[in-house]
Amino acid sequence: MNKERQSEYAIEMLHITKRFPGIIANDDITLQLRHGEIHALLGENGAGKSTLMSVLFGLYQAEEGTIKKDGKEVQINDPNDANALGIGMVHQHFKLVECFTVLDNIILGDEPVGKAGILKKAEARKKILALSEKYGLQVDPDAVISDITVGMQQRTEILKMLYRDNEILIFDEPTAVLTPQEIEELMQIMRNLAAEGKSILFISHKLAEIMAVADRCTVLRKGKYIGTVETKNTTMEELSAMMVGRNVNFHVDKEPAHPGDVVLDVQHMTVASKVHNNNAVKDVSFQVRRGEIVCIAGIDGNGQTELVYGLTGLEPLVSGKILMDGKDITHASIRKRSVAGMSHIPEDRHKHGLVLDYSLEYNMILQTYFESRFTDRIGFLRRKNIREYSDKLIEQYDVRSGQGSVTPARSMSGGNQQKAIIAREIDKQPEMLVAVQPTRGLDVGAIEYIHKQLVAQRDAGKAVLLISLELDEVMDVPDRILVMYEGEIVGELDPKKTTQEELGLYMAGAKRDEVKKA
Amino acid sequence: MRKVLKNQAVQTFAASILCILAGLLIGYIVLLFINPQGAGESILNIIKNFFTWSRPQSQLKQFGNTLAKTMPLIMCSLSILFAYKVGLFNIGTAGQYVAGACASLYAALAWNWGWLPCMLLAMIAASALGAITGILKAYCNVNEVISGIMLNWISLYTANTILSNVKETASPYTLYLNKENPASMLPTLGLEKLFNGNTNVTLAVPVAIIAAILVWVILSKTRFGYELKATGNNKNAAKYAGMAQNRNIILTLMISGALAGLGASLLYQTGYMRWECTQSSVPAMGFNGIAAAFLGGLHPIGAVFSSFFIQHITDGGQYVNTNFYSSQISDVISSVIIYLCGFVLFIKLTMNRVITRREDKKGAKQ
Repeated sequence: MNKERQSEYAIEMLHITKRFPGIIANDDITLQLRHGEIHALLGENGAGKSTLMSVLFGLYQAEEGTIKKDGKEVQINDPNDANALGIGMVHQHFKLVECFTVLDNIILGDEPVGKAGILKKAEARKKILALSEKYGLQVDPDAVISDITVGMQQRTEILKMLYRDNEILIFDEPTAVLTPQEIEELMQIMRNLAAEGKSILFISHKLAEIMAVADRCTVLRKGKYIGTVETKNTTMEELSAMMVGRNVNFHVDKEPAHPGDVVLDVQHMTVASKVHNNNAVKDVSFQVRRGEIVCIAGIDGNGQTELVYGLTGLEPLVSGKILMDGKDITHASIRKRSVAGMSHIPEDRHKHGLVLDYSLEYNMILQTYFESRFTDRIGFLRRKNIREYSDKLIEQYDVRSGQGSVTPARSMSGGNQQKAIIAREIDKQPEMLVAVQPTRGLDVGAIEYIHKQLVAQRDAGKAVLLISLELDEVMDVPDRILVMYEGEIVGELDPKKTTQEELGLYMAGAKRDEVKKA
Repeated sequence: MRKVLKNQAVQTFAASILCILAGLLIGYIVLLFINPQGAGESILNIIKNFFTWSRPQSQLKQFGNTLAKTMPLIMCSLSILFAYKVGLFNIGTAGQYVAGACASLYAALAWNWGWLPCMLLAMIAASALGAITGILKAYCNVNEVISGIMLNWISLYTANTILSNVKETASPYTLYLNKENPASMLPTLGLEKLFNGNTNVTLAVPVAIIAAILVWVILSKTRFGYELKATGNNKNAAKYAGMAQNRNIILTLMISGALAGLGASLLYQTGYMRWECTQSSVPAMGFNGIAAAFLGGLHPIGAVFSSFFIQHITDGGQYVNTNFYSSQISDVISSVIIYLCGFVLFIKLTMNRVITRREDKKGAKQ
């Protein structure tokens, strides 16, 4: 720390260009990270953030440009080189061994070994405890990963980097899985780290967080370098305009809701979970009416997935009742529910939403292929009708693909795959639309579009149930919010009256209403 | 050029040819290793098969025999690929084939049934065996490979036991169909005239080819095929779309079984082969169907050609010079070739990887 610094910058990536067939992922990008600063890297999906980080980690080689560490040019050919240079990263999806303890995970790959290959864990423990005290990273070294909270898992990842004496710390979308309170803690930790001289690269597309924690921010758009700004001299609006290239409407425009009859009536629903008991749905009751959007909010893994499985028939209920338009559909098959007017935009478009090896047109009829307009009486597919229908949806919902109806679904971009699913599910004219994280992983433009579609469905008198993990979405889109925590609905909020802080308290289980137990 | 190389059909064809060449090469090396003297001649004889005979009449007659055994192989490979499209690996095809053989021979010899009822019974019996695997898979989640293998043995010994009632007293073979019940033999439709009077060439030829076309139509043009392939490609999406998975699994294995059973009937009802009631291994036909299905690129029409090739090589094995090699060598060589035929998918994958890497490099240079 005390040695003479030869350069103002800890790491510099100068004029980096990386091409893939048919696309320039990074086009002359420059990123300079100062010693002891928190530097945000902002961009939409597909802007080239991941490619740039992969170049820094030696996973890809740039065709042009240089990388400098402390002013000296370096070659990074593989992740080992990056480690040797003191570059560490907390990935969006943690890389932890679930059945190991925190301590074991931290030393994994860099174990202190004594004579005859015996681990010197006591030594490691001392170092870890010292680090954890110094930076305010509270962990229990002996807890097993599968038992601890996501926040503590993330702190374990951070300690992994510190244990290796990394000087340059990269955080890839670190707040996606945290509660608002945990996010606040993380930001404090990042500030502590920077104050101790660590240089932090913070990858995000959440503007509020960048404004709150970063010193400077570099913006990428479609593989190009847009600029680097000091956060204290800029505004969120300016940043977002840089990121998207136009002014974005953050708020969803919608008229007040006019809820009508009850469409979905869930009574004391209990669903088992295959993952963890926290995920099981426990005695949940709620209603969704015509002409309203109800949002189920909560941190990932609190029973939302299981709730949807129970609703749509993918998993059986342990107990309870589901009524749709007054009819009991508790034991109805998936097909029966679908025909009765339930549409389902699934959480995982690759797992459930699409047959990736099928063409776009075959995916467009996935829920309706058996109808007489697509299958004749003998059982042959009416290919002409299918093509016409698919072309119509493509046109109407602006689904973009290389070869139109015959494009393999696999070769389409995520946003357009999602649009195809939305087109299919909305065009079915549902009474009840269940949309699970419909904007996950999509860029701002696509998100705006999907939110508009949801509101349009509401205004057309349909009942919409939105399940979301994104706070902005939860605050903006729905007319009512139900918060789920450990498989129970712990509160009902009015998005117009509540705040993100209050929502966060409910999501973290710190607050709950005991009223709704009728 | 690269576009052509990326075309699926072209790739499959090229990969199949490569597999065949590699198989022949390794077969040749094995022969060289055992005895270099006769290697060249023997490998050529394997490739030539019936052309080894000098007289055109003999060639035609032997060609007929190869054709007669190709038809059941086509059916077995159709059975394999049909199930494979739904994501099921029906190794039980071998046992379903045995069930078909047993049913058709017993009906013909013990009950004196005509050829069509015998054929239908073969399909029903084999399809019932497939249904067992299907039910176990659908309702108890028993892996179809495990239950298939076990059922193969059960059906083999059951067939041995049942057919012992209709075997010759002096030999382990079932009675001759042409002596006991000529009406149970498949009509030749005059096809024997094309093959120098070889009556082993029968109705089986058009039946197998029509079956291949039917399977192709079902898979690519119908709602049923749409459901089956969706299930095979992504069973979660199929469930999400409300397709009746359990029903489809059972139905698929029943159809797959019926195809194998029909294959057995198409061989044993020509009278070309008789069942050996003491055999202690499941006939290779069902297993060769796996190789034929993959060599044919998992396409029903491809299966017709790949089956012919595999049968051609297998029959060619008998022309290996026995002065230099023990008679079992023919089986070794043809199995080596068949084994390599199963590598089509692997070679396709490798080809794709090489192409992509080249494109990457090219992109990097631009």
